[in-house]
Amino acid sequence: MNSGILTLALLDGVSYAGMLFIVSLGLTFIFGVTNILNVAHGSLYACGGYATASIGLWLMGNDGGIINSIFSIIAGTLLVGVIVGLILEYLLRFFEKKPPILQLIITFAFFMILEDVQRLIWGTSPYFVSTIVGEMGNVEVLGVFYTNYQLIVLPGAAVIIYFILNWFLKHSLLGKKIVAVTHNKEVAVGMGVDAKKIKKITFIIGGLLGAFGGALASPTTSMVPGISADIIVLSFAVVATAGLGQVTGALIAALIIGIFRSLSIYLYPELEVVIPYVIMGTVLLFKPQGLFTVEKARRI
Amino acid sequence: MKGIIATIILLTGSVVTAFLLPHLKTPIILALSYGLAALGISVLMRAGQVSFGHAMYVCLAAYSVAFIAKAYPGIDGLVLIVCGVAISTIAGAIIGIFVSKYREIFFGMLNLAISMVLFAVIGKYYNITGGSDGMMISRPSFIGFELERDGFETLLLITTTVSILLVTYFIERFFNSPAGKFLCAIKTNETRLEYIGVSARFVFWKGYVISSSLCGLAGAIFALVQGLVTPEMGYWLKSGELVFISLLGGVAHSFGAIIGAMAFEFLKMYAAILMTDYWHMILGSTLILIIYFAPGGISGWLKNKKYI
Amino acid sequence: MSDLLKTTNLNLSFGSIVVADNIDFSLKEGERLAVIGQNGAGKTTFINICTGLIRPDSGNIYFADEDITKKSARAIVKMGMVRSFQLPQVYSEHTVRECIELSLAARDNKTSLFKSLSSCVDQKEVYEVLTSIQLLDRSDVLAGSLPEGHKKLLDIAMALVLRPRLLIMDEPTSGVSSQEKHEIMRILMGVLDKYKVTSIFVEHDIDIVSQYATRVAAWISGAIAADGAPDMVLNDPVIQEQVLGQSFSRTEPNMNTVKLVKGVS
Repeated sequence: MNSGILTLALLDGVSYAGMLFIVSLGLTFIFGVTNILNVAHGSLYACGGYATASIGLWLMGNDGGIINSIFSIIAGTLLVGVIVGLILEYLLRFFEKKPPILQLIITFAFFMILEDVQRLIWGTSPYFVSTIVGEMGNVEVLGVFYTNYQLIVLPGAAVIIYFILNWFLKHSLLGKKIVAVTHNKEVAVGMGVDAKKIKKITFIIGGLLGAFGGALASPTTSMVPGISADIIVLSFAVVATAGLGQVTGALIAALIIGIFRSLSIYLYPELEVVIPYVIMGTVLLFKPQGLFTVEKARRI
Repeated sequence: MKGIIATIILLTGSVVTAFLLPHLKTPIILALSYGLAALGISVLMRAGQVSFGHAMYVCLAAYSVAFIAKAYPGIDGLVLIVCGVAISTIAGAIIGIFVSKYREIFFGMLNLAISMVLFAVIGKYYNITGGSDGMMISRPSFIGFELERDGFETLLLITTTVSILLVTYFIERFFNSPAGKFLCAIKTNETRLEYIGVSARFVFWKGYVISSSLCGLAGAIFALVQGLVTPEMGYWLKSGELVFISLLGGVAHSFGAIIGAMAFEFLKMYAAILMTDYWHMILGSTLILIIYFAPGGISGWLKNKKYI
Repeated sequence: MSDLLKTTNLNLSFGSIVVADNIDFSLKEGERLAVIGQNGAGKTTFINICTGLIRPDSGNIYFADEDITKKSARAIVKMGMVRSFQLPQVYSEHTVRECIELSLAARDNKTSLFKSLSSCVDQKEVYEVLTSIQLLDRSDVLAGSLPEGHKKLLDIAMALVLRPRLLIMDEPTSGVSSQEKHEIMRILMGVLDKYKVTSIFVEHDIDIVSQYATRVAAWISGAIAADGAPDMVLNDPVIQEQVLGQSFSRTEPNMNTVKLVKGVS
């Protein structure tokens, strides 16, 4: 393999990992706080991507500039993340007392509904608006030309979000409340934390992260039917590899999976789909709780 | 016992319907084989576990049938079914060693991941598997008879009906056996199970193998009825449909999965004519309504009313 | 005679909290040991370590001269060390009869896929067990719907029918009305004597301890503070002050949950 391809694969891997981390973070965050694995998270990604592309296309009539593209990413994220996140949270309220696996099936049912919603709104042809990638231009890295968007924006966004979320959870009042609910809901409620409100906010944050991942991915990936399923399984692989509820773990797992995935695209394209699961499977075989989960002692 | 009688009534009804209305024969066989696969899901649900990837065993058995039929032309249909079941059972036994360690979310999602890998592999290796176009299976002889389409289907219908009766009987026996009762205990108290010296993992593994062979049986019959196998059969959506049927029918009795499959298949047939674009939406909404209003499904309701 | 259960230098801490502090402990065949100590003293943790639920940070555990430190809970049960739980662990969706039958089937390695459970086990024995815990008339009730005291008895019975060499009971009489406590202990001790089962029980009721134990061990902050004959330990001034103080014999609040199989949470 020549070094050009290796560089390209690594760059692709890192930029893909950036997107993957943002999406997985939403999944792991909702799970960490509410104990619900949200299968509809994949739909949030897809809807976020579709919405961004639609808004981009709509604006493109006037001017195809960077500002419009950024605006479409932000608008797509907010629109989808808040609306879908809130609907989902409302739906799940009816099933609070059910076992986690049934709650998972509810999100799965919601996911099926959203599949058709996507088809009704956006049809089956691919959506792809790459204006921003072109506008931002290319740069030479180790002899390879690479887009600034993928080199800087995707990984940059991931790192920024990582730090913002960490700061938010550790230092803001709301973040501290969320952490308190995660550790011990009864005690937190006893101390005056409004658990319902926290749950709502959690779903909005999780929804925003999912939609933001899709919005960021839309200039480099076409949005097609079925992409939600691919993403939910892929981000589950990241989250499970890291350990459910692990933020830093998700960052590292996303990097590992992202890089190995893009290496396989260049070297063994037929293995592309299998790689993330092989990584997850290997990790779970040796560490059933994921790489970064600290085992909690429980008494009987 | 009442449940077995209900199953016999349902099966007799299906066979009579298939003879009176020949255009419904194929859908009825498909529905019944779906019922077998859903029964596989129900076995795991008794242990409180839900798999989101069991369509892979349906798909695996179907492709095995297609490959063997292609490699050995003239092989009998019944032998093909046996081979299909055997291969999916072996696959279930091997995959089961790995997944039997996990519960709930991990179990469901790991199965989903494995089924996605299978789906992708079948799609990618176009020259062997025919990619997304799938593989055709020319109609084999069945139990020695060379038959026209109609006779072949009749024989398949009878085979399916008999298998369901046998399977229902054995599964009900299983749920009354120590192994079956241990399996159900996984749902409520796995810790205690370990503390009476029983390996919960081994107990669950057995349930998993049973479920994979039931899905395999369904897949093999499916392949023969359709004469065509496609990767779609193993897509996550199909696994979702199986979970749906299992929840609709309920796990109180094996009868539930069969009647659930019937209800599902005919709902699908008419919904597909009326509103193709909304199919998943209908499915998803119904699922939510079932879980909210009738968590026991059809068989749970019948059992409450002491009908079965 | 050699020790039935023995631990050497057992240590375990969760973060900065030491729950097992260098525990050297041994138990001889035929003893009936009462474990006393305040909430959080490490009594249940000690049981959890011995029965393979939690691994110690360091130290070893021997059962019948075999090192069981790294053995699974299941393997330890098969060797003959069985336990019951502070929070009764029953199969809530099985009937009382089935719960007993499952233990019997597990003991005799009956794992048929086809024969019915009730025909796999000796119904006479099931009848005897149900009679002895006075649940015969409720044998077809779902175990989950039993009142707490009955669940407790069922839980102990599920352990006892395994015919262990050593039975460890975590607060067998908590959650039971005080009149019934002695009745339960009397039934229990009768059965234990009959089958020559060595036993350890965690207990808060001082009457019960002094009446039924042949030896008492008192736990303070993860360590054994006193160990010996009941009279000696119960009259030890340190134990009286720190263990038998005002909070003794109060019913413990329960925040303990069970999850043995990892990878799920």
